[in-house]
Amino acid sequence: MTIQFNDESFRDDYTFHNSDWAIKRFPFPFHEDSYMYSVNMEQHRGGPEGSVYEMRFDVDEHYVSEMKDRAMVLDQDPLRCQSLPHMTLAGWDLLELIMVSKSEDYPDLFELHRNGNQWRWINKPMGIDHSFTFMDETTLPYGPMEYITRQAQGDFAVLDQRDEMLWMDAGMVTTQADWSLDFDIGMNFFEWHAPVPKAHEMGIFQRALKFLLNIQQGAPVRRLNWTMTVNPLLDTSPENYHKWGIQKTTLTPENIAHKQHLRVELQTFFRLPRSNALVFPIRCYLCSFQDLMTVPKWGRRLHRVIRDLPEELATYKGFIDNRPMMLDYLSQFDDGLPTSPGIWPDLETEPPLSK
Amino acid sequence: MSKFEFPKSIASRPVWGTLEVRPGEHHLMIAEAEGVEAVLAIATPDLMAKTHLIYIPKGTDYVERLQALKPAQFYEGPSYEASLQRIRRVLEDAHMGLQVYLTGSEGMMGQAMNEVMAVGLPHTAIQTEHRGSVARRMQCVHCKGITEDVEVDPFVCAHCGLNLFVRDHYSRRLAAYQGVRVDAEDHGNVPEPKGIYE
Repeated sequence: MTIQFNDESFRDDYTFHNSDWAIKRFPFPFHEDSYMYSVNMEQHRGGPEGSVYEMRFDVDEHYVSEMKDRAMVLDQDPLRCQSLPHMTLAGWDLLELIMVSKSEDYPDLFELHRNGNQWRWINKPMGIDHSFTFMDETTLPYGPMEYITRQAQGDFAVLDQRDEMLWMDAGMVTTQADWSLDFDIGMNFFEWHAPVPKAHEMGIFQRALKFLLNIQQGAPVRRLNWTMTVNPLLDTSPENYHKWGIQKTTLTPENIAHKQHLRVELQTFFRLPRSNALVFPIRCYLCSFQDLMTVPKWGRRLHRVIRDLPEELATYKGFIDNRPMMLDYLSQFDDGLPTSPGIWPDLETEPPLSK
Repeated sequence: MSKFEFPKSIASRPVWGTLEVRPGEHHLMIAEAEGVEAVLAIATPDLMAKTHLIYIPKGTDYVERLQALKPAQFYEGPSYEASLQRIRRVLEDAHMGLQVYLTGSEGMMGQAMNEVMAVGLPHTAIQTEHRGSVARRMQCVHCKGITEDVEVDPFVCAHCGLNLFVRDHYSRRLAAYQGVRVDAEDHGNVPEPKGIYE
């Protein structure tokens, strides 16, 4: 397979766009016409050909531009990438996992040549050809976690496991849904999730923790999470919220179709072999409302989910003020017909909009 | 003096305890302002004879009452910051088994707890009791500056000047709560500040 990489921006002039290919494979996060929290984990061992589930670390048309955006964020704020001193080994584990996975899954884009600890890594899309010594930090331009996550889409939280608990002890976080690594680093699983409403009372985090503590090597899992973002802005960080928050108020009935984006996180979890840490990649996919509406099933369903979402969740996800405008727009694409179960577009079998 | 009952909150918000006498050969107490009341509540001659007591008055005057307890060592520091080098020096010599008692504001207890942990003492050796001011130590999530003793919500960041609202999300590493721009989505629309627990 070959991927045509977009030249696009996720800030200022927002030239980000999805091709038809990217729209069809967008990880639509709702498997039914309503949404509530759940520990919606499944094994991450492939998926339909061409889907975002197929490979261990999905590479798509946004790869090169996303990495440029990440470099810009880090340039302005190095605190977005931090690793507590005991996490360096986990960083090497992560570097190995990504290099091995990408070179096996995308042999035309990435190559890894290993001769003992002498490694040569070739990243063709980013023009990198680098020989280094595995486990020797002095042979890399950054720490191992930073080095490899400057070349991998999505945020990465690296979680240490001790005392039957997970600890957010390292991470690369530049495309986050409004949480701060710098503030949360060092916290335990319950602490960093503390601001999430309702889920604690529902026992979600207790069950999720139990599940995550038992993830084994070679048996990664995944789930989807979602929120809303005005403009295709990757860096919706609390650090810069004083600058981007105002963009939420620029939504109008005229521009909502292309300005409002559904933001979906493909979250995966891999056990790391040497450190026994857990790496938690949080891969962000953006899709404008107008592109989503090209899939009739998604049009029907998105309207119903947003309409029926509890107020507390719409507030937490930051779109309570814009919800009425969203519903005005989305209702045009809901003809009341039933929808097929599951997240896939089902373009062949679902009826076109009859309205 | 009655203790302030903090409202139930989220999981990252610290929960403070009530001091009690623990067995041990060495005790370190840091009492800030009304925190002295918590020390007075547990002080016995035997305990105080093995205690290094650090008192940070913050406008209170308990010196005579504390000296009357005859602590093994007594120090009055004008502020936490001023006392910090001394606290570090004391902790440098600390052996396993040292019992630590922290009482006063949340900001002081959070910072001192980090100092104790930094020298490798277990968290189980630390007791806390909140007394006195309910002001918070706040970190501005935007400029990262710390504003001490914040009593109202919203407040002005002492470093970048933005108007921040006071979250309950708390970082033990920073010993601070998080402050986020209150008018980010409507510049200039800053609500009238009121007490954090009003």
